[in-house]
Amino acid sequence: MIKYIFKRLMMLVPTIFGVVTIVFFMMVFAPGDPARMMLGERVSQEAVEKVRAELGLDKPVHVQYWLYLKRIVRLDFGKSIKTGQKVIDEIKARYPCTLELSFVAIILSTVFGILAGVISATKQYSAIDYATMAGALVGVSMPVFWLGLVLIMIFSIGFGILPTGGRINIRYFFEPITNFFIIDGFIYLFKNGDPKYLLSSIKHLILPSIALGTIPLAIIARVTRSSMLEVLRQDYIRTARAKGISENKVIFKHALKNALLPVITVVGLQFGTLLAGALLTETIFALPGIGRWVYQALNARDYPAVQGGVLIISTTFVFINLVVDILYAVVNPKIKL
Amino acid sequence: MKKITRILMVMLLLSAILFSIGCSNKAAEPAQAGGEKKGGVLVFGRSGDSTGLDPARETDGESYMVCDNVYETLVQFKAGTTEIEPGLAESWNISEDGLEYTFNLRKGVKFHDGTDFKADAVVFSLERQFKQDHPYYKMGPWKYWGAMDMDNIVKEVVAVDDNTAKIVLKRPEAPFIANLAMNFAAIVSPSAVEKYGEDFPQNPVGTGPFKFVQWLKDDSITIDRFEEYWGEKPYLDRVIFRAIPDATARYLALKAGEVDLIDYPSPDDIDEIKADENLKIITQAGLNVGYLSFNNERKPFDNKLVRQALNYAINKEDIIKGVYGEFGAPAKNPIPPTMWAYNDNIKAYPYDPAKAKELLKEAGYPDGFKTTFWYMPVSRPYMVNAAKAAEIMQAQFAAIGVKTDLVTYEWGTYLDKTDNGEHDMCFLGWTGDNGDPDNFLHMLLSIAAAQKPAMNNAFWKNEEYNALVEEAKKVSDVAKRKELYFKAQEIFHEEAPWAPIAHSIVVAPMKKNVMDFVLYPTSKRVFHKVWIKKD
Repeated sequence: MIKYIFKRLMMLVPTIFGVVTIVFFMMVFAPGDPARMMLGERVSQEAVEKVRAELGLDKPVHVQYWLYLKRIVRLDFGKSIKTGQKVIDEIKARYPCTLELSFVAIILSTVFGILAGVISATKQYSAIDYATMAGALVGVSMPVFWLGLVLIMIFSIGFGILPTGGRINIRYFFEPITNFFIIDGFIYLFKNGDPKYLLSSIKHLILPSIALGTIPLAIIARVTRSSMLEVLRQDYIRTARAKGISENKVIFKHALKNALLPVITVVGLQFGTLLAGALLTETIFALPGIGRWVYQALNARDYPAVQGGVLIISTTFVFINLVVDILYAVVNPKIKL
Repeated sequence: MKKITRILMVMLLLSAILFSIGCSNKAAEPAQAGGEKKGGVLVFGRSGDSTGLDPARETDGESYMVCDNVYETLVQFKAGTTEIEPGLAESWNISEDGLEYTFNLRKGVKFHDGTDFKADAVVFSLERQFKQDHPYYKMGPWKYWGAMDMDNIVKEVVAVDDNTAKIVLKRPEAPFIANLAMNFAAIVSPSAVEKYGEDFPQNPVGTGPFKFVQWLKDDSITIDRFEEYWGEKPYLDRVIFRAIPDATARYLALKAGEVDLIDYPSPDDIDEIKADENLKIITQAGLNVGYLSFNNERKPFDNKLVRQALNYAINKEDIIKGVYGEFGAPAKNPIPPTMWAYNDNIKAYPYDPAKAKELLKEAGYPDGFKTTFWYMPVSRPYMVNAAKAAEIMQAQFAAIGVKTDLVTYEWGTYLDKTDNGEHDMCFLGWTGDNGDPDNFLHMLLSIAAAQKPAMNNAFWKNEEYNALVEEAKKVSDVAKRKELYFKAQEIFHEEAPWAPIAHSIVVAPMKKNVMDFVLYPTSKRVFHKVWIKKD
């Protein structure tokens, strides 16, 4: 097992190198001059040239690439062109928000997705099955920004029970510690026994995580269903039933465990997609996450910020895949590299 | 089995808890105490986060609107106008030759870090932007200093004594005083810049009515009343600038009562906002103009009659209706109506295709002509949807026999090409900086500005006009300047180097109980005098 994990870790090196390289060339070949973007409508050519020199854009591409690699190895993503702040600090300020949101969304969608899939599979061709799968189809096809606004309309404006956006009640004047607001909420709860921060931050996560989690939920439900159906047809399930084991035990202990393999893969992939795809949810719910930040940086041709942001997201994605692979090996001992 | 039931139970319980959290725990407002107007927290829902809070370094509105409340300038804009009034300087004198500006500084003014405001702070704040050997020069780029051509205007800044600062100019420049009301000329605390260094933009310290408290990136910036403020203290205890990027979500946050005031609502939501009895709307013409520039160096636009004909051919009402909705007003002059030099006597070219055809015939183009029509690829305040506006105008020009091919490029390329005169006619626009007419009339239409890469994208070189705007730069008497600019606008109108299209209108929806919030033409968002009416 340890050998397997080690091998997988070694494989990360070329993968991350690939990511680093692609990110660099993506920005080099993107249209538009960042210096011009920075300076706006009316500036002298001189000023543009000066900024280009400051950014190192006047050097040949291979030199830029080499300098870039040297910096990345030291985890130095440079400074944001727009704010002049270190890119790594900008990421630290925003990534926890996205991670927290994606994490809650993936947990919700995994739990409810598997549940829905299992129910559908065991009641194949029943009304419940049709309803769940129709729901899943609607879920995959629903645009996030639309769903987000509808949720706000219903729960914030209609019932007035949930906030329209943000991470915490803005009038509380919250001082973050870890920048993971739920964790911070717990810290404040234990420190001074006041649960309001924790409750408020949970409350603020409900609608965004539903909006963000709907598509993965639908996908997970569908994969679970088809995988379960396949497993339920296996001989050993029939044997188990013949032995008189209760139906629930057959389904959850014998069938589900084996049916979970493709589900784990999908959950891993979806988690990665959530990290990068939280942009729309972050925009609608005014969440200060990394998706929004990278998008703005892209629009402003803020090269260092885009590179740093994309690298961090991709690296997380690569690590999630590693975890998935390891989980795979844990669930199914037959898997060896 | 038992395990599964237990898991299910836990999940049910969890969702029940989540739901009950949702239902209970209504947002608690801090208590408001004392005074009729005093107290309260105002949350301002705006479209994005600030870039930084060093007033001289930043160039974006979202940064300025926080700086507007934290810093002060020597002179300032009178609320809601482009007129200049005393700020940190109680009064000032301009020498006979227009080269020396002496400012008598207000006494007893403190920075938020407790240090005293003195003339050396004026010297520090300005010198760091142009003296290359200044220890904090490298904290730039000081883009606005450059953009306002200050390098060629300011010779030196001197502290005569603690309460007197003098700025010596290289050339007489009347609009200079208006420049000093802009954000880049705001006075920063030297000791805070020394303390924070490169992190100063994250830890702003000024003399303004509010002091900076907290910044959660992309989320919110909080400022509190500065109790030692020299002037009338603000009513509000606290102002929170909250970033809500989606326009509809911003409006919903206002409707839900989470914010008190919002910026840039979506045109689609305006009717609903107007109908809501808990909300009100205030509007003001923006300090900008969107225009169609004719390349006077190219045929047939070198002919005045052709330029006039095209002005007659445009139905601005259609463009306003189709593109701007509530957010635009037709333009007739190159400067917006909020400016003190706006010549309202000028009669706009009416929509008259017959007259346009007649003029074309007179100019020697009885069957019209074929040309290119450039429009920008991005949305700007003065031109929200250039592609759509271009399509409308294309049809209007076709009606008088002028056939146009629509052309566009990536924004940076577009600016480069139009600056170098590669276009026949192009959409462009300008948002004013200092509220001075010079900032439009000289910046965009003078002969000096027609040198490539040019700001005068019409490449219109009119000696008579030019003499007027050059003269207006040199005299500091406002009445005299106004006269010169009035005359200049008449020439502009007759010669028609552009077709001015529209000025944007700024709209601010807010709760009914938000009182005395005033929109500034220069886009400032000032909360000094704002108060919240208690029920």
